[in-house]
Amino acid sequence: MSVTVDTPRVSYLTEENTIGSWLLTTDHKRIALLYFASITGFFFLGGIAAALMRINLLTPTGAIVSHEMYNRLFTMHGVVMVWFFLVPAIPVTLGNFIVPLMLGARDLAFPKLNLVSWYLFMTGGLFATYSLFAGGLDTGWTFYTPLSTDYTKGHVVAVAIGIFISGFSSIATGVNFIVSIHRLRAPGMGWYRMPLMLWSLYATSVIYVLATPVLAMTLILLGFETVFHVGIFDQRLGGDPLLFQHLFWFYSHPAVYIMILPGFGVMSEVLTTFSQKGIFGYKFIAWSSVAIAVISFFVWGHHMFVAGTSVYSAITFSLLSFMVSVPSAIKVFNWLGTLHKGYIKFDAPMLYALGFLGLFTIGGLTGLFVAALGADVHLTQTYFVVAHFHYIMVGGMVSAFFAGLHYWWPKITGRLYPEMWARAAAFLIFFGFNLTFFPQFILGYLGMPRRYAAYPPEFQVLNVLSSAGSTILAVAYLMPVFYLGYSLRHGARSPSNPWHATGLEWKTQSPPRTENFPIIPIVTEPPYNYPRPEDRTRAA
Amino acid sequence: MHFQYSSAEHQAESAMSGMWLFLAQEILFFGALVFVWVYCCYQHPAGFRLATQHANLLIGSINTAVLLTSSFTFTAGLLAIERGEPRRLIQACFATIGLGVVFLLLKGVEWFKDVGDGLVPGAHFSLTGPDSGGAQIFYVFYYVATVLHALHMIIGIGLVLWIAWRARRGDFSRAWSTPVEVVGLYWSFVDVVWLTLYPLIYLAAL
Repeated sequence: MSVTVDTPRVSYLTEENTIGSWLLTTDHKRIALLYFASITGFFFLGGIAAALMRINLLTPTGAIVSHEMYNRLFTMHGVVMVWFFLVPAIPVTLGNFIVPLMLGARDLAFPKLNLVSWYLFMTGGLFATYSLFAGGLDTGWTFYTPLSTDYTKGHVVAVAIGIFISGFSSIATGVNFIVSIHRLRAPGMGWYRMPLMLWSLYATSVIYVLATPVLAMTLILLGFETVFHVGIFDQRLGGDPLLFQHLFWFYSHPAVYIMILPGFGVMSEVLTTFSQKGIFGYKFIAWSSVAIAVISFFVWGHHMFVAGTSVYSAITFSLLSFMVSVPSAIKVFNWLGTLHKGYIKFDAPMLYALGFLGLFTIGGLTGLFVAALGADVHLTQTYFVVAHFHYIMVGGMVSAFFAGLHYWWPKITGRLYPEMWARAAAFLIFFGFNLTFFPQFILGYLGMPRRYAAYPPEFQVLNVLSSAGSTILAVAYLMPVFYLGYSLRHGARSPSNPWHATGLEWKTQSPPRTENFPIIPIVTEPPYNYPRPEDRTRAA
Repeated sequence: MHFQYSSAEHQAESAMSGMWLFLAQEILFFGALVFVWVYCCYQHPAGFRLATQHANLLIGSINTAVLLTSSFTFTAGLLAIERGEPRRLIQACFATIGLGVVFLLLKGVEWFKDVGDGLVPGAHFSLTGPDSGGAQIFYVFYYVATVLHALHMIIGIGLVLWIAWRARRGDFSRAWSTPVEVVGLYWSFVDVVWLTLYPLIYLAAL
């Protein structure tokens, strides 16, 4: 194999290294690294809250913290993980870094707006986190009224302001990506020549732009209600508590697809590269991302099946929720088709991606259980739901995040990570994850409600299993911090295309220069233009 | 020109798309409010009618006229710079700012009167009787909507001032005036928001 290892002296990392040059940078690659640092911090903050909850659930009466403290822990876990990790995670880090490179562009359409978005994110994030510590919010991340407006003593308004501010960073990122994808494609790159990562980030951005403002308005009304007790959401004053849930889930259900769609994009890149084969059903995967984005706006009512909505509305939302699983299944089947007869290599990104396939499929299929009206009456508000969405969010999205992080790590840092350690972490995450969350399906089916600090003694075995799994998961999530950190200084220099992948990002040096490409590339072939399996056999 | 664009025209078109997308976001932002407003109006028709009767139709109508005129003056400025007349653009900017300030002052007078009349939701709300609850909800929307709209106006006035300053510096010409057009889109949008709020606040009881 003849790979020329070019060790570039000049790159975006070496250009200028003062604190000011990083904090005021408009380079999409540096902003991505700023986001990496922030996102990692929030991930471990939310993770610590989860770990404390799992330790507490070791005994039926609660092992370490008071019931009030437990309420605060799951609220902090939810708020931090949803708004300050999952929603931004892949787009602002990997997306920020890779979108212009994939487009063959020198930067995003609005570099200054990109920097502003990071400051908005940090302002909102730090403000919300401070309020969580200072006031101890205990409403759960969903802020249901009238609990949040009339009964809780936590800092509802302050946390809402933090989320409100960081919401505008999502909107800024969404606007930036959509305009960049429309306007900055390299010559010759038609829509169907774009890598599928760009399609999925485009779909994500549409949801960012159209759903986030609804949450912003909902939080304004929530704040108003909390401070003045005016009665929009208060039944006693003529208001409607369900109205809050409608508004909240009008954002928060599409937000679920904000979290998972970028993961789908990473999957399409990693699976093709490590099976050295073109994607199966390109157009189906591309348009299923768009379909998911569209349908996601019409399923929010399934969060209120047991909240007293009319049976006709429940039936409609149930059917629509089933519909959203169709494009998701199309993707999974097409990825399997991609693997078929591929030259599969089990490098760490591929292991994470295969883990995603299994875990996302379980998460998706159990989603059908809770979309069914009859089953949902039994399963709603139980650990079954908790397990279901963790299989999607953590099993799916976080695995995809790690797949993408390892896949593009050589491009981002110019270094190769230690392969064996990375594979070990991928295995441990898969194992630890299943041990943590599979028992929760059973617990939920047996009727253990979510968000309770205590439980009947007969549930203890399954809870201990789950807590044991979470310690494995915690160790596995810490491992990349060490070995990736180690590779920053001691890793081998990476060639420009270590995986023999297609895609414009691999056609420039690793790490790229500030302007990405010395000359803007011209695209003359479809994406994923790997040799066809039959041609390989003939050649062999 | 930024280095990711191939031409000034390329950059200008991208800036316009960016503003249109931002406005799409704004539509969903105010759209959520209007949706809840209409929903609550449907729930409490009598309360909302009672509240609307106390809205100041005169000031509201004058303000509508003022705001529509301001969009006209700004657009006139855009046409002027496209003909290569920066002085006319600066004049148009100051006319727009003037009308914007008149709008905010009238709005301030209206709020002052509302508060004086006890039209503040809460324990001391002045409209009593069986429809008081619905009327209070109306006034929640009234204040949230008009304050948010006023904030958009203040930002808009800042942007128009910035356009005037850049025009004075000689940044704009017949060949290039993208920021003027982008700010124009924003200003007209704020105008359109008001055209949605005007019937909801002042005309619903007629």
